[in-house]
Amino acid sequence: MASSAKEMKEVLFGPIFANNPIALQILGICSALAVTSKMENTVVMCIALTLVTAFSNLFISLIRNHIPSSVRIIVQMTIIASLVIVVDQVLRAYAYSIAKELSVFVGLIITNCIVMGRAEAFAMKSPPGLSFLDGIGNGLGYSVVLLTVGFIRELFGSGSLFGYQILQLASEGGWYQPIGLLVLPPSAFFIIGGFIWVLRTFRPEQVEPKD
Amino acid sequence: MAKKNESLGKTLFVVVALCLVCAIVVSGSAVGLKPIQQKNAALDMQRNVLDAAGLLEADTDVVAVFNERVETKLVNLDTLEVVDSANGQDPVAYDPIAAANKPEWSTKLEKSADIAGIGTRENVTKVYLIKGADGELATAVLYVRGYGLWGTMYGLLALESDMNTVKGINFYEHSETPGLGGEIQNPKWVAQWQGKEIYGDEHASIELDIMKNPSQENHDIDALSGATLTSNGVDNLVAYWFSDKAYGPLLDKIRKGELNNG
Repeated sequence: MASSAKEMKEVLFGPIFANNPIALQILGICSALAVTSKMENTVVMCIALTLVTAFSNLFISLIRNHIPSSVRIIVQMTIIASLVIVVDQVLRAYAYSIAKELSVFVGLIITNCIVMGRAEAFAMKSPPGLSFLDGIGNGLGYSVVLLTVGFIRELFGSGSLFGYQILQLASEGGWYQPIGLLVLPPSAFFIIGGFIWVLRTFRPEQVEPKD
Repeated sequence: MAKKNESLGKTLFVVVALCLVCAIVVSGSAVGLKPIQQKNAALDMQRNVLDAAGLLEADTDVVAVFNERVETKLVNLDTLEVVDSANGQDPVAYDPIAAANKPEWSTKLEKSADIAGIGTRENVTKVYLIKGADGELATAVLYVRGYGLWGTMYGLLALESDMNTVKGINFYEHSETPGLGGEIQNPKWVAQWQGKEIYGDEHASIELDIMKNPSQENHDIDALSGATLTSNGVDNLVAYWFSDKAYGPLLDKIRKGELNNG
């Protein structure tokens, strides 16, 4: 591969904190709200999105010199949609109960701005290897935020992690009164907001200049 | 190069070739994985049935218990006859909820009679008869459904051999608010159902109600707080499915021990 090791590293790990797709670009928020009430679902969703982003980047990059620019968005969508359907079918076959809970949100990866954004912004201009890494990197950036949100929501909303009870709920004779808001999707807004706040405190260069 | 890509011929070629490749990949995965998916769906339903009947422990071998103790029967709700197949499917494959969506396999309910808000009722239902350790009929598991707050709640209700006492209930699919109406799946709330009797004396009236401050110890179930409409939905569901228009006559027949002869 022509690209240097440094460039590869930047492409792979850059999106985690320096250029996080959710925290900096505010993309892909919808699924971050919907699937983060349980860690188990969150992990599956993260893996699914990372795979789709990586492979759609790879395939689009492979044929990027042959895609007519007049139909490029449609070509990208077709590749992404096919990959998402394959992922959905595999989940239904091998992780049935999780697939049932994720239901439409796996299908909605098609419209996830991160996948589309990376295909258009990166894969159309870069060689396949780098594009693949970029997909993995952005998937990881997405996963970091989702796992954080999922961790907080499940631990403080239901008192458990991956389904194992950590904090004994008051309703079952324990001491912990769960925070009902965290079970509902809008709570993810607050947590993502907090995540961005913390991130920008440590990386002041991400703060937008005042108008 | 850029110019060559823009020609009509090249555009058409790329689009058609891409569609072909994607179509092959998508249909390949859908067809290839279908058997495993169907097995999963069937296993999930068996698990739901055992859960409703209170036979599901963490280490239960679902398939083995199901094959050993559960008998699946199709019953025509209008004639009360046991049928071998319906909708072209045998008892194992038949799905009463899918049948309810087909005009030729269901009956449209009048607005006034449709208290559970389900629109159509299947003509042929599926009953799971579970044998006890002595080989006698111990539990019958029936499909029930009704409209809650946001959508239809699908459940399985298990009755003891008197076809009156509730053994358990399992809402396996619903779209009620998590934390409020969604508590219909909460084991603590579900546990209340066990031992409650649906009918009053002589099976003349439906006495089981979901209400605030239950008044009849052996019939009533405490409603979910903060989920009045969901609780009303469950109440309506019981009122409909155990009426004469749905399972009432069938339960009479099972009580007399006549279903097995059919």
